[in-house]
Amino acid sequence: MASETLALDAIDHRARPIGDRLHDWVVTVDHKKLGILYIIYGIVFLIIGGIEAAIIRIQLIVPHNHFVSPEVFNRMFTMHGTTMIFFVVMPILFGFGTYLIPLMIGARDMAFPRLNAFSFWLTAFGGLLLYYSFIGGNGLYGAGNAPDVGWFAYAPLTARAFSPGHSTDFWTLGLLVSGFGSIGTGVNFITTILCMRCPGMTLGKMPLLAWLNLIVGGMVIFAISPLTAAQIMLSIDRYLGGHFFDTQAGGSAVLWMHFFWIFGHPEVYILVVPAFAFVSEIVPVFSRKPIFGYPVMVAATVCIGFISFSVWAHHMFTVGMSSSGNTFFTVTTMIIAVPTGIKIFNWIGTMWGGKIQFSTPMLFCTAFLFQFLIAGLTGIMLGASPFNWQLGNSYFVIAHFHYVIVGGIVFAIFGAFYYWFPKMTGRMYSETLAKWHFWLFLIGFHLTFDFMHIPGILGMPRRIYTYEPGRGWEIWNLIVTIGVFFQALGILVFVFNLLRSLAKGEPAGSDPWDAWTLEWSTTSPPPEYNFAKIPVVRSRRPLWDIKHPEDPDWKYE
Amino acid sequence: MIDTKNKTKWGRTAGPIAGILILLAEVLLATSLCSGATGPAIPSIFKPESTPADKIYGLSLMVLAITGLIFVIVFGLIAYAATKFRRRSEDGPEPPQVYGSNQIELAWTVIPVLIVLVLFMATTRVIHAIQDARMPKGAVEVTAIGHQFWWEFRYPALGVVTANELHVPVSDPSHPTPTFLKLISADTDHSFWVPRLAGKTDLIPNRVNRMWIDPHEVGVYVGQCAQYCGMQHAKMLLRVYVDSPEQFDQWVQSETKPAQVSDAVNEGRRIFETTACINCHSISGSVADGRFGPDLTHLMSRDTIASGAAPNNSENLKMWIQDPDSIKPGSLMPAMKLNDHDLDALTAYLETLR
Repeated sequence: MASETLALDAIDHRARPIGDRLHDWVVTVDHKKLGILYIIYGIVFLIIGGIEAAIIRIQLIVPHNHFVSPEVFNRMFTMHGTTMIFFVVMPILFGFGTYLIPLMIGARDMAFPRLNAFSFWLTAFGGLLLYYSFIGGNGLYGAGNAPDVGWFAYAPLTARAFSPGHSTDFWTLGLLVSGFGSIGTGVNFITTILCMRCPGMTLGKMPLLAWLNLIVGGMVIFAISPLTAAQIMLSIDRYLGGHFFDTQAGGSAVLWMHFFWIFGHPEVYILVVPAFAFVSEIVPVFSRKPIFGYPVMVAATVCIGFISFSVWAHHMFTVGMSSSGNTFFTVTTMIIAVPTGIKIFNWIGTMWGGKIQFSTPMLFCTAFLFQFLIAGLTGIMLGASPFNWQLGNSYFVIAHFHYVIVGGIVFAIFGAFYYWFPKMTGRMYSETLAKWHFWLFLIGFHLTFDFMHIPGILGMPRRIYTYEPGRGWEIWNLIVTIGVFFQALGILVFVFNLLRSLAKGEPAGSDPWDAWTLEWSTTSPPPEYNFAKIPVVRSRRPLWDIKHPEDPDWKYE
Repeated sequence: MIDTKNKTKWGRTAGPIAGILILLAEVLLATSLCSGATGPAIPSIFKPESTPADKIYGLSLMVLAITGLIFVIVFGLIAYAATKFRRRSEDGPEPPQVYGSNQIELAWTVIPVLIVLVLFMATTRVIHAIQDARMPKGAVEVTAIGHQFWWEFRYPALGVVTANELHVPVSDPSHPTPTFLKLISADTDHSFWVPRLAGKTDLIPNRVNRMWIDPHEVGVYVGQCAQYCGMQHAKMLLRVYVDSPEQFDQWVQSETKPAQVSDAVNEGRRIFETTACINCHSISGSVADGRFGPDLTHLMSRDTIASGAAPNNSENLKMWIQDPDSIKPGSLMPAMKLNDHDLDALTAYLETLR
C-alpha cells in the first residue's frame, strides 16, 4: 500500500535553525500542522479555563467565602464558559478533523489549504482578543475588565446601561472573529469530504469520522451564522443606537435568547458529533470488529443534525412561552434522544462478541459510554419542561452539561488524543502515565459532577458567587470542589506525559493499533504529501482488506 | 506472593464491580443525606408544599423511574459487554466480523420511540394543568417586579406594597385561595424560584409573565433569583410567608395603614426627608415617594433587609445605611456616610416604621 515515502524526505527538516522551523508553523498551510496547532492552542486554553474553574470552585467551597469578590467571580464563570466552548473544545475538535479528514479519505490536503490556515488564525486571534479584555476592557469608563455577562450574555445585561466599558465588546468581537474562522472550517470540511475522496471511496465507504464531520460542517454553517448575526446586532445596539435587544427602548430580551440558542443548541451537537466520531473509530479497533450498523449510525447522525435545529427553546422553558410552545420543544427534545440512544446501542453492539483490549483510548471511550448515557438521561429529565421549571438554571443543569461536555466530549477527546498521538508524533506515549491520567481524571470527574446534581435539586441556582449556610448545600459543594483537584492532577499527568513522550517516547511505527483506516497506511508522522501514491479503496476498512485478503470486507458491503 | 493468574482474572471484573459499588454508595449517600435534609430552610424540589411544585414532583418521580430503568438496563449492557468480551490472550484469530442487524436496529429504535411517547404524554398533561389553569374567584393577585437586586411586591387589589418578603394566604382545597403572580422587571432578567412552591418563571423587562402558587402548608419558604442579573445576583434572596387566612388578613390590614408618625423620632424623620433617601424610597404619608428602592412604610414588619442578605436589626440597619457594600457588595444603594448622631437618629426613625 502507500506506506512507502518519497525520496524527498531525505531532506532533514530538523536540522534547520529553530527560527525557520517556527516560521514554518506560522506560514504553514499543511492540514497536519494546522491540526496540531489547533490542538496545542486548545490545550493551552484548557489549562487557562481550568484555572478559572478552580477559582470558581474554591470560592464556593464554603458558604460566605471571601476568596474572590463577586465581580471577579462573575468574570470567571463568563470566561470559563466562553473559553471552554469556543477556545478549547471547538479548536481541539476542529484540529482533529483538520488533521484526520484528508488522511482518512486518502487526500493530500484539505480542499482549501489557505482557507484552512486563515480559519485557524481567526480562531486563534479571536481567543486572544477575548483575553485581551483583561487589559483593555476598562475602556474609558474604568468599569470592569473581563466580560461578566455570562457565556450566553443575556440581554439587556449586555446593554451599555448595564455593561459600560468595553468588556462586553471584547466578548462580542472575540466570538465574531472566531465564528468566521469556524464557518471557514465548516466550508472546508464539507468541500474536502465531498470532493477529495480517493478512488473507490464512495460516500457509503467513508470512515464514520468523515461522515460525522461532514454533518458537523453543515451544522457549523447554519448554527454559527445566527450567532454572528446576533453579535453584529448587539454591536449595533451598543455603538450605533440600535434597539434590537434594548428593552428600555422597546427591544426584546427574548429575541437575543432565540438568536443565541438557535446557535447554542446545535452547538452542543457540533461539539458532541465529532466526539461520537472518535468513539466510532476507536471502539471498533479495540474491539477488533467493524462498527455495528454503519448505515444506521450515519442515518442517526443525520437525524441528530436536523433535529438539533428544532430544540433550541428547551433552554428557554422558564421564559414564559405558551403551553403549546413548551409542548413542542418538549417533544423535539425527547425525540432527539432516540437517534442518540441508537448510537449508544450500536457502540455496545460493536463491543458485543469482540475481543476488547483496554488500552487507554478504549478506557476513555468506555467511560464516555457510561457517562454519556447518564448525561442523556438527565437530559431527558430536563427536557420534560415542568421538571425543567424546577431544574433549569440550577446546579443540576450545570452538572448535566458538564456530564455532556466533560464526561462525554472531553473523555472522547482524550481517547482520540491517545489513539492518534502515535500517528501525529511518530512516538508512543507512556501507557502507565496515561492510565494514571485516566483514573485520576475519572475519580475527579465523578466527585465533581456526580455530586453537583444534588445542590441543584436542593434549590441552588447557578452563577451565584456565594450562598447562605443552612440550606443543605455545604457538604455537596465541598465534595465537588475536592474533585477539581483530582481532575487538575490528572491534567498535569496528561501534559507531562505529552511532553515526555514527545521527547523520548518509543517509536510508534505506522500502525501501532493494527487498525483499518487509511491514516494508518502511511508513516508516523505522515509526510507532508500524506501518501506517496493516492490509495484506492474497495471497502470501509481498506487496511483490513490488505491484512485479511482471504476475508475482505468488500465481499460483504 | 500474589498468584498472577488470579490477579488478572480479578483485574478483569474488578473495574465494573468497583464501578457499580461506587455508584451504589453514591446513591445511598445522596439519598440518606438528602432525606436527612429536611426543615424549612432547605429548598428541596422533592419536598413540595404547593400545587405546581407537587404536580412537578409527581411527574419527576415518573421521569426518574423511567430514566432509572433505562439506566440500569443500558449500564448493565455496557458493563456486561466490557467484562465478558475482554481480550483473554494476546494472540488468536480476530473475532467474528459482524456488520449489523436490521432487526436489532429496528428494535432499539422502536422501543425508545415508545418510551418517548409515554414520557411526552405524561409531560403534556402537566404542562397543560399548570400553564392553562384558570384563575379562580378567591385568588390573590400580586405583581412581582424584579430589580437589581431585590424584589418588589404590589397587591393592586389590596393596596399593599412591600419588598423581598411575599405574604400569601394558605389555600384550603375546599376554598382555594391561590396566589397569581404577574412578573415584570425594572431592569435586567430575573427569575422567581421558590422550589417548594413552584418551578421558576423569569422576570423579563418589556414582557409580562405569569405564574401561580397554591400552597397547602403554613410556613416560610426560601428561594432566590435564578437568572443571572448582575453583580449581586447571589444575594437576591426571596422569602415567601404562607400565612393562615387570619394572619394574612391581619398582615394586609397593618400593611395598608399609613406609616406611623411619632414625635420622638422627628429628627430622624427630618434627616430621612432631607437627604438622598427619598429619591429612591417611599414612606406613605410623607414626602418620600421614590420608586427605585424598596418601600419602607412598614420596614420593621420584615424579618430581613437587603433582599434577605441580613436579619433586620438596628445594627445591620446602621451598617447597611453607612456602607451597603459591607453586606452586599454591588448593591445599588449608595453609602450614606452619616455622622454617628444622624445615623442613630435615622435608625431610630426607621425602627418606628412597623
